[in-house]
This record gives sequence, structure tokens and C-alpha cells, in this order.
Amino acid sequence: MDSSDGPDGRERTQLSRRRILAAGALLGTAPLGVAAETIGGSGPPWAPNTAAYPQSPDPAQRYDFFSGPEAAFIEAAAARMIPKDELGPGALEAGVPIFIDRQLAGDFGKGATWYMQGPWDAGLPTQGYQSRYTPAQMYRAAIAAVDKATQNASNNPFAKLSGEDQDAFLKRLASGDQQLEGVDAKAWFKLLLQNVMEGFFSDPIYGGNRDMAGWKLIGFPGARYDMTAYVKQYGKPYPLPPVGIGGRPAWSRG
Amino acid sequence: MAGAHPKVDVLIVGFGWTGAIMAQELTDAGLNVLAVERGDWMDTATDFSTTFAQDELRYYWRKELFQKPAHETLTVRNNATQTALPMRSLGSFLPGVGVGGAGLHWNGQVWRFLPSDFTARSHNLERYGKTAVPDDMTIQDWGITYPELEPYYDKFEYLCGVSGKAGNLSGAVQQGGDPFEGPRSREYPNPPLDMPYAPMLFAQAAASLGHHPFPHPAANMSRAYTNPLGVQLGPCTYCGFCEKYGCGNYAKSSAQTTILPVLMRKPNFTLKTGCEALKLNLAADGKTVSSVTLIDADGQTYDQPADLVILSAYILHNVRLLLLSGVGKAYDPNTGEGVIGKNYAYQITSSVGFTFEDKILNPFMGAGALGMMMNDFNGDNFDHSGLGFIGGGYIGVLQTGARPIETFYNPNDLTTWGGDWKKKVARDYLKTFSVATHGAVMSHKGNYLDLDPTYRDVFGRPLMRMTFDYTDNEHKMSDYLTDRALEVAKAMNPRDITPRYRKGSWDVVPYQTTHNTGGAIMGTDPKSSALNRYLQMWDVANLFVMGSTAFPQNAGYNPTGTVAALAYHAADAIKSQYLKAPGQPLVQA
Repeated sequence: MDSSDGPDGRERTQLSRRRILAAGALLGTAPLGVAAETIGGSGPPWAPNTAAYPQSPDPAQRYDFFSGPEAAFIEAAAARMIPKDELGPGALEAGVPIFIDRQLAGDFGKGATWYMQGPWDAGLPTQGYQSRYTPAQMYRAAIAAVDKATQNASNNPFAKLSGEDQDAFLKRLASGDQQLEGVDAKAWFKLLLQNVMEGFFSDPIYGGNRDMAGWKLIGFPGARYDMTAYVKQYGKPYPLPPVGIGGRPAWSRG
Repeated sequence: MAGAHPKVDVLIVGFGWTGAIMAQELTDAGLNVLAVERGDWMDTATDFSTTFAQDELRYYWRKELFQKPAHETLTVRNNATQTALPMRSLGSFLPGVGVGGAGLHWNGQVWRFLPSDFTARSHNLERYGKTAVPDDMTIQDWGITYPELEPYYDKFEYLCGVSGKAGNLSGAVQQGGDPFEGPRSREYPNPPLDMPYAPMLFAQAAASLGHHPFPHPAANMSRAYTNPLGVQLGPCTYCGFCEKYGCGNYAKSSAQTTILPVLMRKPNFTLKTGCEALKLNLAADGKTVSSVTLIDADGQTYDQPADLVILSAYILHNVRLLLLSGVGKAYDPNTGEGVIGKNYAYQITSSVGFTFEDKILNPFMGAGALGMMMNDFNGDNFDHSGLGFIGGGYIGVLQTGARPIETFYNPNDLTTWGGDWKKKVARDYLKTFSVATHGAVMSHKGNYLDLDPTYRDVFGRPLMRMTFDYTDNEHKMSDYLTDRALEVAKAMNPRDITPRYRKGSWDVVPYQTTHNTGGAIMGTDPKSSALNRYLQMWDVANLFVMGSTAFPQNAGYNPTGTVAALAYHAADAIKSQYLKAPGQPLVQA
């Protein structure tokens, strides 16, 4: 048995865990490091009030990752992909561009958990993502290539095109009919659509789904803890409004 | 460094379901057990508490509880003419990392395989003749039978507190259960979960067509439960964040919620997290593992000696460690010789979507194994004469909770956006569900695992290479199941029906199922299998390999019940036979 077990060892572990979490918060990223622990013979190694609560993004509505022209693109594209209409806010109003910005500035944008070693090969569709670009690098290259393509065709960046022209361009990206210089256009559109959906429907703590607009649109109640009383109420609408991990706006002061 | 790392009685590599089961059983026998796990310690209160567990982005899309490809992945190709490329981010399957393994984010679907599944080769040859099994279909009998495993299935179901309704008690068919299941010795420990609207509508429609629907057996608690180890679980609250998530509510069985509260207090058990096995080292005789080379989180590498070694990592990691260590003869698809990497198999899924005009289904409620299923077309429960395939699968409505991003984003359908799409999802989300099919995959000569010649992991070691595709057998079977699912969907009278057949080659991108199997299979002959019926390696007697690694081919059910039953069966043999004559084979070749 390892003699370093016991309450002291456990406390040290908890402290190192917290240290890792604090460092992660400083960088705005989730911790990836694995903490070595030797555990045994003296009880479970958890302690109360040390839960790994997720980090919320900086609430300021400024871009960390996107440049001005990039932000203009992402705002225009978001507004076409989930438009504001009589049913309620669209992706732009729900904060999807800020959500994507924070994701690209963090671990997701870096491809931190992805396998990013070469050699590189285009591969087959059944072999998945094979770009040497991280998601952040791919967005950077792709948005520049989009604006270059629309400039060449109509002397305007994407953001200045009409709504119909923007839709047509996005549809060509989705179908694979629109190529982009230096980037796999369809692979990027796949990523863009995923991130737009994530931003519209993920918990509001990540900066999108503002006022739970995505959840209200479809009737998803969010992080509700107990549905037991409603499971067998066949055909009846669920009566409670959505709630996020951080609670509901009405629960907060100010 | 022998003094720093004294020999242990048992070294367990990988600490999910089977690692915890073996540790619990072998410490009970008085052995000194060390388990190593490369991921972190994880527990309910700290890592997926109810205050933040219901987070679709963090846990599913950012894959917090899953294996990180940056650390280790595998390369994939559909056949040997292609160049395998790395799975750069997870897609088709989601191995776990950390204490509890994939048994932490599983659904809790606890099935028993059919008695005929364990004799897949001889059963099909006997019933349908020699042409039923083509030459390149390398299916085998397991070397173990359903009646032999029954007590161990039962033991796991009571450990987990499975909620369900028996369909066959000692040969007597029971109303409301699955009439096709093998005989069980007693009723499930807990009654079925409360059934929501969509599964009930499915059950009514299936029954109207003469099928036999029943509640899915679920390791999600229908009521508070105290298991035979004295560990308490709480009732499920149907929150809809179960599959792919840790349960914040102690209502889904996992190593954490059923075994660890007892095991972690034992003085003869030690767990090292952040500690990865790099290589199994054979003794000079080549017939014994003398030690395992480990690396801890600080980068220190050392050899840990042990009398008995249990390989209990995920199937893909078990096979890779055997290949990297040169333990057992690697499979050669050209000659059919060798056993490590042989008979890799998977499962094949499809679905039929349906949307009602006016029925509100509240699809966001759910639990991992909540639903109504039918096994009328599973295994050999139906006559395959003239169908051109063997095997089958279950069909049913499984209400796991319709998390919105997963519901709306499909990487193979890039048309789901725009104003019309928005109106459609706003109108239909609450009224839409799908009938799912979950089919077997037989083993084939050309589907196998070996080491990749090009790509390396963080330690510079070869990645494993997976060569896999569905064959005619799987496509015909899956199309047949999807046709049956479509009939039931039509009988529900929805407004819209969308059949989604599984066409073409296996694709690594969309999530399908984490039911990879084979690569070090069990059997009756060391020439055609790596393990004997006790999961002991034929040619290395102190090495036991757990998990679906041992399945000679896959069945149409989720694997965990069978994985756990095989582990308990092995543990019993170690305790009652092996320890009396350590280092000896339990079956003479």
C-alpha cells in the first residue's frame, strides 16, 4: 500500500485540482491535465464543496477571436442561418456570433483534444475531418476565402450581399458546389452549421441562446431536474418555462 | 526499483465496469489488488453534480467524459485497399476515459444475449444448412452457453438494480415481459420505469401488428434501491441527460454508484489514476506476464510486477496493448492465421422518424434505457429462410431525452438551417420521435485490427488500425429491420414518416454506437481464439482479458450485461480454480 494515502494526501489532491481549475479559469479554458492520485484503504477521495463548476465566458459583448471583417461575416451568416422572424429572435439576436467567438478563442478552436499529427491526406468522406487546420485556423482561412470569392464575383464582401445572395452562397457551400481557395469548403460549412446550432441551443452560460431564445422556440425546458410528475401526462404540454445551469434571469439580482 | 514497486497479487489495467468488478471479487478473496487507470478520478458530487450535469455542449459536443484523440486515437479505413487515416475527433463511437470508463456515460441498457447467440455458428449451420455461413464470415461459437452465464447475468442485474419485467422465468413465459429472452432464475430487482407517451404509442402499434413489445431493461432506478453490497441508489427523475452524461442523481448504475463506495474502503485495494500501461512484459518462458510497464502523470516509467494481470481497458485498448506487447500471435487476414486483432465487429443502426400532427410527446423527458422494445426480429427469433442473411436486432422507441443540438444537427445533412427550417422545428420538436433499430454485426475475414504503419500516439507508439465495413449480410439485415420499423411507424398514424436506412460504407463521422467487439476472442481452440471460456489467454495463463474484446461476433443487443456476466464468470473461476494452481491453464488446449 502507498503510505502517502489518507486525509492529508486527499487534501493535497483537492488543492492541486483547484489549482489546475484556477489556472484554467485564468486562460478561459477548461482543464485538460490529468492529476495523478494514489487512492485506497482509507475511504473515497472526495470532499464537499469542491465541485468542478463550469466557467462562464466574459459577458462583455466584444470579440476575442474575430477581426472586424470576420465578425461582419459571422453576424451576417448567423442572421441567415437562423433568421429573426415572427416566432422570435434568430441566431444573431441570441448571441451565436459571440458564442462561436469564445469557442474559437478557447480549447475548441485550438483542437486541443483532437489528434493533429501528420501526415495529412484528404481521405474519404467516411474517414472524417482530415484538415491540418485547427477549427480556429479553418474559420480564419475560410472567411477570408469567402470574402475574396464574393469580392471577385460582385465586388462586395459576403456581409454586404443581399439576403438572397447570402442564402444562395451558403447553400452552395453546403452542397459542395462552392469551392474556397485553400480550404475544404464543405468541411468548414459542416463545422459552421454545428457551431451555429451549438450557439443557439446550448446552455446560456456559454454566451449564446440568450434569454433561452433557442429553447423557448422549440419548447425545450433546459436543465430541469425532475420530470417524474409529468412522464405519464400523455399529450399534455410541459407547464414550466426553461431554466439554465445558472438559473433563470428572474432569479438573479439586478 | 523492485523495492519501490513491490509485486502485487493482482494488477488491473483499466478501471471501468470490469476493472471494478474484478477488483471487488478478487479483494474479497483476500488478494492484494492494484488497479491503474490512465484518466482521472471522477465522482458524482465533484464531476457531474445535478447543478451542472445537464450541459449538452460540455459533455456531448466537447466530449468531457470521453477519450481524447490527442492522447490516443486509431486509424480507420473500410478495406485493405484504402490508406487508413486517424480519427481526429470522436464520432462513430465514444470510448470513456477515467474511473468508471464508458460505464459512466452509458445509457444503462442491460441485455442478456439469446441462448442461440452463444452458438451462432453451429446454430445457424444446423437450422439453415451450410450456405447460411459464407466462407469469409468467420463467426464462431463462444465456448460458453447461456445457462452457464445465467447466474452471472443475474448477479450483475442485482448489483445494478435493473428496472424491468421478466419475460421468461425458468421456462414459463411471463405477460408483459420479453417472451423471446432466455430463461431467467428470478424477476428483475426493480419494476419498469414510468413509460412516456411515444414508447406507449409504439407498443400499442407493435402489438396491433402481432409483435411483442415490453419495457427496456434499465440500469436507471425506478425506485430507491440498495444493492447486495449495501450501496444505495436513488430514483431516476427522467431529466433526459443520461446517455453520454454522468448521472448527477445516483440513479444510473456505474462503478461509482454500485461498487466503489465499498471497494475504496478495503485495505487490500489500491487505485492509481493518471497511470497508463505501456507494455505487458513476458517472463523468459514466454508463457507468463511478469510485469507491466507503467507511466504515471509525471512521466515516470517503471515496471510493476504482479502474479496475475487483468486487462480491463476498453476493447480497443486491450487489443492494442496485446499487439504492442507482442503477446499472442497477430491475426493475418490473408492466411486467416493468428488471433490478436481477429473478428473485430460492431453494430448497425437505423431509424424511422415520425411526426404527429397534434400529439405532444415531450421528447426532452427521458432516461438512458427508457423505452418499449420488441425482439421479434432479433437473433434467430424469426425464420431467416430465403432472407439471405443471419442475425437480427431489436426495434423500439427509446426515449433518452431529445437534447436539442443532437436533435437538430446531423453532419451528413447540411440543409437544416434557414427560415423554413426554423418554422419547422418550432412546429414539430415536441411532436417528433423515431423508431430505432439496433442490429448485430457478424465477423468477417476482412474486418480486423492491427497496428498502423504510419501514425503514432503521444508516446511515439503505433496507433491501432481498424479495417472495417458492413457486408451484404449487415445491409440486408438492417434494411429488413428498418422495413419492420417502418410498418410499426405507419401503424401509429403520424403525419410525416422519414425512414433512415443505413446505406453505404461504415462512416466514422456520425455517432452510431459504442459497441465495438472482438480482437481477442474467446473460444474452444487456441488456433482460432485468443481466450478460453474463462477469458484466460490460451498461451499466457496469468493473463485474463475482459470486455467485449472476447466476443467472437456481435449480437443484436447492447453488450454491457454480457461483458459483466463474463467478468463475474471469470472471477469465479479464478477464485475457485485458478488460485489453487496459479499459473496453470483452466482449460487444457
